Amino acid sequence: MPEIREKVDVCVVGAGHAGCEAALACARMGLETVIFTVSVDSIALMPCNPNIGGSSKGHLVRELDALGGEMGKVIDKTFIQSKMLNVSKGPAVHSLRAQADKAEYSRAMRKVLENQEHLTIKQAEVVSLLAEESADTSVLYTKKILGVKTFTGAVYEAKAVILCTGTYLKARCLCGEAITHTGPNGLQAANFLTDSLQLLGIEMRRFKTGTPARMDKRSLDFSKMEEQFGDERIVPFSFSTNPEDVQIEQASCWLTYTNEETHNIIRANLDRSPIYAGVIEGTGPRYCPSIEDKVVKFAEKERHQVFIEPEGLHTNEMYVGGMSSSLPEDVQLAMYRTVPGLEHCKIVRNAYAIEYDCMNPDQLYPTLEFKKIQGLFSAGQFNGSSGYEEAAAQGLIAGMNAALFIKGKEQIVLDRSQAYIGVLIDDLVTKENFEPYRMMTSRAEYRLLLRQDNADLRLRKIGYEAGLVTEEQYEAVCRKEQLIAQEIERLQGIKVGANAEIQKFLEGQGSTGLKTAASLAELVSRPELSYEAIAGIDKDRPKLPDDVVEQININIKYDGYIKRQLKQVEQFKKIEKKKIPVEIDYDDIKNLRLEARQKLKKLKPLSVGQASRISGVSPADISVLLVYIESMRNS
Amino acid sequence: MKSDTIAAIATAVSDSGIGIIRISGENAIEVADRVYRSKNNKKRLLNVKSHTIHYGFIYDGDVMVDEVMVAVMKEPNTYTRENTVEIDCHGGILVMRKILDAVLKNGCRLADPGEFTRRAFLNGRIDLSRAEAVMDVIHSKNEFALRSSVRQLKGSVSDKVHSLRKEILHEIAFIESALDDPEHISLEGYAKKLGEKTARIYGDIKKLVDSADNGKMLKDGINTVIVGKPNAGKSSLLNILVGEEKAIVTSYAGTTRDVLEESIKLHGIGLNMIDTAGIRDTDDVVEKIGVEKARKYAGNADLILYVVDASCQLDENDDQIMRLIAGKKVIVLLNKTDLEQVVSEADIVKKMTDVSFDGGVVRIIKTSTKENTGMDVFEDTIKEMFFHGEIAVNDEIYITNQRHKEALAEAGESMRMVLNSLADHIPEDFYSIDLMSAYAALGKIIGEEVDDDLVNEIFAKFCMGK
Repeated sequence: MPEIREKVDVCVVGAGHAGCEAALACARMGLETVIFTVSVDSIALMPCNPNIGGSSKGHLVRELDALGGEMGKVIDKTFIQSKMLNVSKGPAVHSLRAQADKAEYSRAMRKVLENQEHLTIKQAEVVSLLAEESADTSVLYTKKILGVKTFTGAVYEAKAVILCTGTYLKARCLCGEAITHTGPNGLQAANFLTDSLQLLGIEMRRFKTGTPARMDKRSLDFSKMEEQFGDERIVPFSFSTNPEDVQIEQASCWLTYTNEETHNIIRANLDRSPIYAGVIEGTGPRYCPSIEDKVVKFAEKERHQVFIEPEGLHTNEMYVGGMSSSLPEDVQLAMYRTVPGLEHCKIVRNAYAIEYDCMNPDQLYPTLEFKKIQGLFSAGQFNGSSGYEEAAAQGLIAGMNAALFIKGKEQIVLDRSQAYIGVLIDDLVTKENFEPYRMMTSRAEYRLLLRQDNADLRLRKIGYEAGLVTEEQYEAVCRKEQLIAQEIERLQGIKVGANAEIQKFLEGQGSTGLKTAASLAELVSRPELSYEAIAGIDKDRPKLPDDVVEQININIKYDGYIKRQLKQVEQFKKIEKKKIPVEIDYDDIKNLRLEARQKLKKLKPLSVGQASRISGVSPADISVLLVYIESMRNS
Repeated sequence: MKSDTIAAIATAVSDSGIGIIRISGENAIEVADRVYRSKNNKKRLLNVKSHTIHYGFIYDGDVMVDEVMVAVMKEPNTYTRENTVEIDCHGGILVMRKILDAVLKNGCRLADPGEFTRRAFLNGRIDLSRAEAVMDVIHSKNEFALRSSVRQLKGSVSDKVHSLRKEILHEIAFIESALDDPEHISLEGYAKKLGEKTARIYGDIKKLVDSADNGKMLKDGINTVIVGKPNAGKSSLLNILVGEEKAIVTSYAGTTRDVLEESIKLHGIGLNMIDTAGIRDTDDVVEKIGVEKARKYAGNADLILYVVDASCQLDENDDQIMRLIAGKKVIVLLNKTDLEQVVSEADIVKKMTDVSFDGGVVRIIKTSTKENTGMDVFEDTIKEMFFHGEIAVNDEIYITNQRHKEALAEAGESMRMVLNSLADHIPEDFYSIDLMSAYAALGKIIGEEVDDDLVNEIFAKFCMGK
C-alpha cells in the first residue's frame, strides 16, 4: 500500500504555546522541523484568559525572550493593555502583564511560524510514536525515538520528537450534565496518542482545568463596574522591542463583584456541578478555582472579584475572569446575572471544565528528554503544568535541547539560581505534583536575583551560544553589563565631603546631612534617594540609558540582600555541580534508607543537588551518596 | 560541599575523664587560638609549627575552663586533610562540654553526625576499600541522632515550636499570596501589624534560646524511674528533690495521671524523674493501667530508684517489683528510718538474689523522706555512679541540645533581619524570604522539612486566582 513517508529532523506534536516555541527553536537552530496541529487555525490559541504575563509568569516571558523565544515579541505586537504589577513592592516581584488581542496574537504567531525557514506546518493528528529498542547499553534509555505516524497513515521519520499536546489528549469538556468529547473551544480532541504512549511505557495521569463564560459586550452595563486602566508608560516584554513602539492607546478592563445572591444560587445547585457530583476524575488546580470552589472553600467571603476583560479589539466577546465554572448552562446564566453590570448578560460561550490526559513529569530529565526514550522530549500542559507562559518556557527548552541532542552537543539545564524557568522545570521533574503546576514567585528561593529587569543579563549568553540570539543582541547586553559595572565603580570611587553645599543639597532632597565624607554610591543607597536624585552633585556623570540606570539603582540599593542571596547560591552550586554518574546502581548503596533508595531509583537525578530536593531523601542519604560517588569515581 | 569549620567531642565518654575535642576546617587554628591561652599568655597557636603540642588553658570569655594540651596540625597531613586542632582535656564530661561550648562560640559549628569521617573520606584520606564502613558510620550516626533529637524534645517546647512555625507560615502565605495575586489581596497597612507580631515571635525564640542554654529544652539526662509499693514514700522523695529547688526545670503532667515527670539537676547532672503509681497486685482496672505504665517506664529506665518502706515486711508485691527491675541499675532507698525498722539491707540483698536479680548494679541507702535524712548520701551516690560511668551518659542529648541551639539562633537571626527590614521600610518580598528561613530553621528542631508547606498554606487560607 502506498504511503507517505517523510524524513525530517524534528517532529513537534501540537502548535500551542509550547509547540510554537519548540518548533521555532529547532528550525532556527537549522533543523528540518514539522509542527503538527489538529487545526492550523488554532495555532497559538489562547483558550482561557486573554492575557500574557502576571506575577512570576511575566518573569518567564522575559526569560524566554532573553533566550531567544518568540512569545514576548508577539505580545508586544498584539497587546491592547499593559500593566506592571507589584510596583509598590520590591523590584524582584515587579511583573508585567498584558491583555492580548487573542485573534491577533494567534495570527501574528502563525505568521512567524509560516515564515520561518526549515519549518513546515502540517494539519494532522499524530496517533502514534515510532520507536525501537535502544542499542546503546551504556545509558539508561531502553528505547530510541524514530518518528511519528498520523491518522491518515503518513509516517514522519525524525531524530527527535517533542510532545506538546496541551489539553487535547482524550479531552472531555463538561458544562453541567452536558459533556462533549472535544478539546478546548470545541476543537477536535486527540483520542489515539495516549494508547501509543502507554505502550511505550509512559505513565499517564488525568488533570482538569476550566474556563469562565464569554459574554457579548453589548449586553453588559459598564456603568456599574470600576474601570481598570493600563499603565501610563508601557514597558515592553521583549528586550528587542523599542519601548517607543509600544506606547499605544489602550483598552480598558472592568471590575465587579459577586454577592450573596450569586453564592446562594451556586450553593443550591452544587449537586449539578460535575466536580461535586463526582463526574470529574481529574485533579484541578487550586490556584484557579472555579467559582463553585471559591464559594465552598471560602464560605466566609461575602464577595469575590470579577474582572471583565476584552478578548480583542475586533470582537464583542468579553472574558469573565474569576468565575470559571462547570455548572449547567441554566445555573451559569442565573448566577452571572446576579453580578452588578451582568444583569442582562448574553453568554456567547459557556463556561466549562476540561479534563485531559497528561503525564507524570518525573519521567523526564531536567533537559525535558524522557529518561527511558532517547530523542523524545515533551513540554507544556502535557508535562502537568498550566498556563501559556509555563508552556512556552518549557517549549523553548525542549526545542533547544532536542536540537542540541541531534547536533551531539551538551544539552542545557538552567538551574534554580539562574532562572524561573530553571525552577519551573526542576520542580516539575523532581518534586511530586498532584495538580497542574503554576509558576509562583514563592517557588523561586533566589528570587531577589531572578528579576524580570535582569533576565537579559542572566540569560542572553545562553541563548546566544545555542544560536537563538543574534550576535548584535548579545553584544548589546555585554555593553550594558559593562556600563553598569563601570558606573557603579565610579559611584563608589567618588567621595563627597560634609560641606555646606552638599548638606543643603541633601536637605533639599528630603534626606539628612552627612557626618563624614561618603561615596556617591552610599548616597544612592539611601531609601529616600536614587541615582537620578543625586544628579545635582554628580555633574560629570555619563549619559546612560534608562535600563542601565535601573540596574544601578537596584544593585546599589539592595546590595546587602543581593549579596546574601549570592552567598546562598554559592552553597547551592557546590552540590548542584556534583554530577551523579548515569550508571549508578542505587541497590548497591546499602546505607541508603529504603524510601530514599526507591525515590532515587525512580527519579534518577542528574546531580547531587537535584537528589537533595527529592522528598524523602535526607541529608544523611546525601552524605552516603557523596561517599559512594567518590568511591565510584576512584575505582 | 560544606568545608566550613566544625567541632565535636571526638572521644567516647568514659569514666577516665580524659577526652578530646576536635576542630577541623579552614579556620580550625584561628578558632582554637581564640579560646586558648598559654601559661604566660604570649603564645599564639596561629604562629606555631604544624604537628606540635602546646600546654595551656581554655577560656570561655574570661572564665578559665580547663588546663589542656592542644595539638595543632596543618593540612594536609591530618585525619580530615584539613587544618585540625585537638584539645586534650582531663576534667571529665562536663568540662569537655564547656570546652566545646567555648569553641562553638568562636567561629565554627557542631559537626554533623559522622562528618569528620565523611570529610576524611571525601578528601582522600581514608582508603577506598573502606567506603562501605564510612557509609555505615554516617548512616547509623544519623539515624540515631534523628531518633533521639525529636524524642528528647520536651512536649511543651515542641508545642511552642509548632505554634511559632504555624504563625510564621501564615504570615508568609499572606505576603506571598498578595505578591502572586496583587489584584485580589492587598498588603496595605500590613507592615505595622507584622512588626508587632515579629517582635513577639523574636522574643519567644530568644526565650527558647535561653532555655536551650540552660539545658531546659530537652528531657535532659538520665531517665530515672521511681518505683515502689503504694505509700512507700515515692512521691515524698520526688517532692524533696524537686522541693529543694536546686534546679527545678519544669513540671508537667505525664501522659496519664498515673505518671508524673520532673526534670531536675543534681550537681550538674540532669535527671529526668518519672514517678510511677505504686505497684501492687490489684483487680482495680484503673490502677492496673497505672501499674502497666510503671512497668513500661521501668523497662526503659537508665536508673531505678526503688523506694522500700522499711517499717513494713517485704511481701509478694516486692517480689514483683524486683522481677521488674532485674538487671537494671538500681538504688534501693530503705525509707522511713524514722519508724521502727523491720527490713534490713541484708533482707533486700537476699530477696533480690532469690528473685534472680542478675547483672544489675544495686546500691542501698537508708533514708527518711519525712525527716529529710540520708538525702546527701543519696545525692553523692548518684554523682559517684555518674562520674564512674555506671550510669550511662547519653551524650546525644547534649549534642542534640547544641543542634537545637544552632537552629534557634538561626531562626532568631532571621527574625531579627525581618525587624531590620521593617524598620528600613524594605518591601515585603525581601523579608518574606527571611521569614521562610526562620520557618525552615525551626523545622529542624522538630524534624520537619519545608516541602510544599507554603504553597499548601497559600491555597488553603487565601482565595486567589482567575
